[in-house]
Amino acid sequence: MFAFIVRRIIQAIFVMLIISLVGFIIQHSIGDPVRDLVGERVTPAEREVIRDQLGLNDPFYTQYFRFVKKACRGDLGLSFFYKKPALEVIVSKAPATIELVIVTALILIVVSIPAGIYAAIYPKSWFSRIVMAASTVGVAIPVFLTAIALIYLFAVELNWLPSYGRGETVNLWGWESGFFTWDGLKHLILPSASLASIMLPLFIRLVRAEMMEVLETEYIKFAWAKGLHRERVWFVHAFKNTLLPVITVFGVQLGILFAFTILTETVFNWHGMGFMFLEAVERSDTSLLVAYLVVVGVIFVVVNTVVDIVYGFVNPMVRIAGTK
Amino acid sequence: MSHLLEVKDLEVKFALRFGDLTAIDGVSFTLDKRERLGIVGESGAGKSVTGFAIINLLSKPGYISAGKILFEGQELNQFSEEEIRKIRGNRISMIFQDPMMTLNPVLTISTQMVETVLAHHNMSKSDALDLALEKLKKVYIPSPEKRLDQYPHECSGGMRQRIVIAIALLTNPSLIIADEPSTALDVTIQAGIMDLLLELCETEDMGLILITHDLAVVSEVTEKIVVMYAGKIVEAGSTEAIIHDPKHPYTQGLIKALPGSLQPGSRLYQIPGMMPNLTSIPRGCAFHPRCTISDTICRKEAPPLISVSDHDRMVACHLVK
Amino acid sequence: MNAWNRFKSSYLLYSFKRDPLAILSFSVLSVLVVICILAPVLTPYNTYDTATFDIMDAETPPVWMEGGDESFILGTDIQGRDLLSTMIYGLRVSLLIGVGAVLLQSFIGILVGLFSGYFGGKLDSFLMRITDIQFSIPYLIVAIFTSAIFKLAFGVGRYAELAVPLLIVIIGVSHWPIYARTVRASVLGERNKEYVEAARVIGISRWQIMFRHVLPNTLTPVLVISTIQVAEAVMSEAALSFLGLGMPITKPSLGSLIRSGFEYIFSGSWWITFFPGILLVIFILVILLLGDWLRDVLNPKLYKG
Repeated sequence: MFAFIVRRIIQAIFVMLIISLVGFIIQHSIGDPVRDLVGERVTPAEREVIRDQLGLNDPFYTQYFRFVKKACRGDLGLSFFYKKPALEVIVSKAPATIELVIVTALILIVVSIPAGIYAAIYPKSWFSRIVMAASTVGVAIPVFLTAIALIYLFAVELNWLPSYGRGETVNLWGWESGFFTWDGLKHLILPSASLASIMLPLFIRLVRAEMMEVLETEYIKFAWAKGLHRERVWFVHAFKNTLLPVITVFGVQLGILFAFTILTETVFNWHGMGFMFLEAVERSDTSLLVAYLVVVGVIFVVVNTVVDIVYGFVNPMVRIAGTK
Repeated sequence: MSHLLEVKDLEVKFALRFGDLTAIDGVSFTLDKRERLGIVGESGAGKSVTGFAIINLLSKPGYISAGKILFEGQELNQFSEEEIRKIRGNRISMIFQDPMMTLNPVLTISTQMVETVLAHHNMSKSDALDLALEKLKKVYIPSPEKRLDQYPHECSGGMRQRIVIAIALLTNPSLIIADEPSTALDVTIQAGIMDLLLELCETEDMGLILITHDLAVVSEVTEKIVVMYAGKIVEAGSTEAIIHDPKHPYTQGLIKALPGSLQPGSRLYQIPGMMPNLTSIPRGCAFHPRCTISDTICRKEAPPLISVSDHDRMVACHLVK
Repeated sequence: MNAWNRFKSSYLLYSFKRDPLAILSFSVLSVLVVICILAPVLTPYNTYDTATFDIMDAETPPVWMEGGDESFILGTDIQGRDLLSTMIYGLRVSLLIGVGAVLLQSFIGILVGLFSGYFGGKLDSFLMRITDIQFSIPYLIVAIFTSAIFKLAFGVGRYAELAVPLLIVIIGVSHWPIYARTVRASVLGERNKEYVEAARVIGISRWQIMFRHVLPNTLTPVLVISTIQVAEAVMSEAALSFLGLGMPITKPSLGSLIRSGFEYIFSGSWWITFFPGILLVIFILVILLLGDWLRDVLNPKLYKG
């Protein structure tokens, strides 16, 4: 088990280095640190001096190592627009996105697992057929359209829910949270529902497929042969086995959700990291962009690694090296 | 005299898109208390399906289309879901072929044993655990207390099968249906498992239905045999009589195919051809294409299962009197 | 038999005729494609010509509502352009980009898959590493990042001018891994077959074997994927345009139209977003349904999920 954890961590570090390399190459070729530092009104001569001072005329390797060293210390460059360290800007926007992702993940779990399990146990029922048909159609509807449709229905027509912004937030030691007020919570509903809609079809189908496969196994047949109550067969024997592959997929998708916030935050004027990314593009803020890439990449890798390790603990076949 | 188990004219069909397929076509046999019956045949003959049908564990789209299954006088095939659940794992236990696939890999042995007890009896968990330990000892598992907290993949194949047998014993059933219990195991382990089953039948007062293709095993463990081919019984009688004097050409072929019945150095015998699959069963006697003595009547009419000679012997062949 | 006769008696046509959903999807798709191709002839207005529209006409509702105008059947957008014409041109651009991107992705992916599968060894490991890494990131994310970088590199003006070819490149470059994997799997299967052995024995060069013998046999899965990939490409382009990283508002695609109309749903001009949205969904849906059907008919084991 320990060896397993160590191996996963080494893999993670390796991938993070690749991300940093990609980020650095972008920064190196498109970015303009001189402009980030002193703006645009400098003479070419002054530029050269500053370039030398910043070490921009050094060989590629030196610059790259410098980049990585600074990154490890938390220095990902300066945001041209905000005139603040890029990482600081990202961290200030992070709570909005993290809360959005948490609620989305909850929606995914609470909806897809029961729906998938029901559709697996009763594949011919009306409910199952509707759910499966809806998920086929759902794949064809881009998330921003879902978001717009939701806004139109719930905000414009019915006026039940707000259509933009985070609403009232409470500041907890620097973390702006929307969880603690009704208003904040109401504002979380539509954006997270939209974000969830990207992956809901995938998860419902996944849970259903896994459960169906599990229900055909010999050990489930044996459980029936033992005369166990059906709830026990479904929710103890089948469920745990179904859950294992689902956990892995969930972990990967969780990391991806962070990136997909780019699509939903803009619709809801949600000032999180995704929104910030698009603003950075508009404003040609290269450092911020690269910083975003690195941060999201790292989140992705860390989430994947943690999920893999959790899976190792949960699956007894990995946890205990069995006698073969 | 009432039997422990009586199967009468059992018919099992599979409802497929292009029509119903008959998997078992009129099978009847009886089993008394403490008797050991072998159901023998090649793969696809319908033996496992018979076993599953008894406790109504047929996988969709299979269903019982006709016949009766009487267990301790009660008609099992008329039971509701809940009623048959109370019988399964309780009065009738079933053992499957591959113990690695039979035990749930993510649950401990103790969970899988205790839940069986608690599904049928009102007992405290610690009492159930004691019962589990007792049964593990009965199947000669070394250090059973340690085994309880382990997962299936931590035990060897033979040990797993013993655990499965222990689970089957938990509720002191009257009948055990064993579907190819030793086929997935090493030959050396096989003998141990079969001996164990034999011993347990005697000490625990249980009947046994042993489903297998292995005649050698059947000859050592059972008292009577039923030979199946393409969903029908072709020969039935006491084990001794059938092994020493097989009357149906198929049974004769099976016996001849046993390595032990040959001289060293001679070629192994094989019945030519293959068992037909359910969709293409030949007209008349299902075995006639492979039969060495088939005649015109065999191609036209299916032979009925009738008594011949003595000792409750039944054979389904036009050419055997 | 010549090719047409073979097709007429093929299993493909047979199952097509028996599947009402496939027939429906194909018909709808054909109609839409024909409309796109004939756009300059069919549409009431040429929306790229700024002389034909007037900002004073902006936000006119569809003809059946109050305030509607007969000359603008589905109403107008925020710049006064006839919505119906703009939608058709928009679909045309999306289709063009979609097909172009798929041609590019398949080109890259097939080459990578072919070389990887045929030559094996270190080349295979290396190429597959890259493929797997890119494959683990969703297409759309790669496309978004790539277009962001291009936009920064080219600047807003040039980016808008070169939008169509740039988008083809962006989407082509983000979506190729699926082709590489599929083709490689096919090639690995074909490589061990007898006709390859035979060709080698005769002395045909490796390149000839790869391109003229093995490649044609891997094309069935490529065809199946391509249908679905066109839908993916169109969706990606719509998403990019919606985010402002795609087609500009002067030459809008459906995504850009939806973007521009979005703020106006609050003031009541819902049609600007609604109609392009419906058209987009229908278009993508029929392609996906057709692709699903094709996959089921040609090879059920491929590309599930």
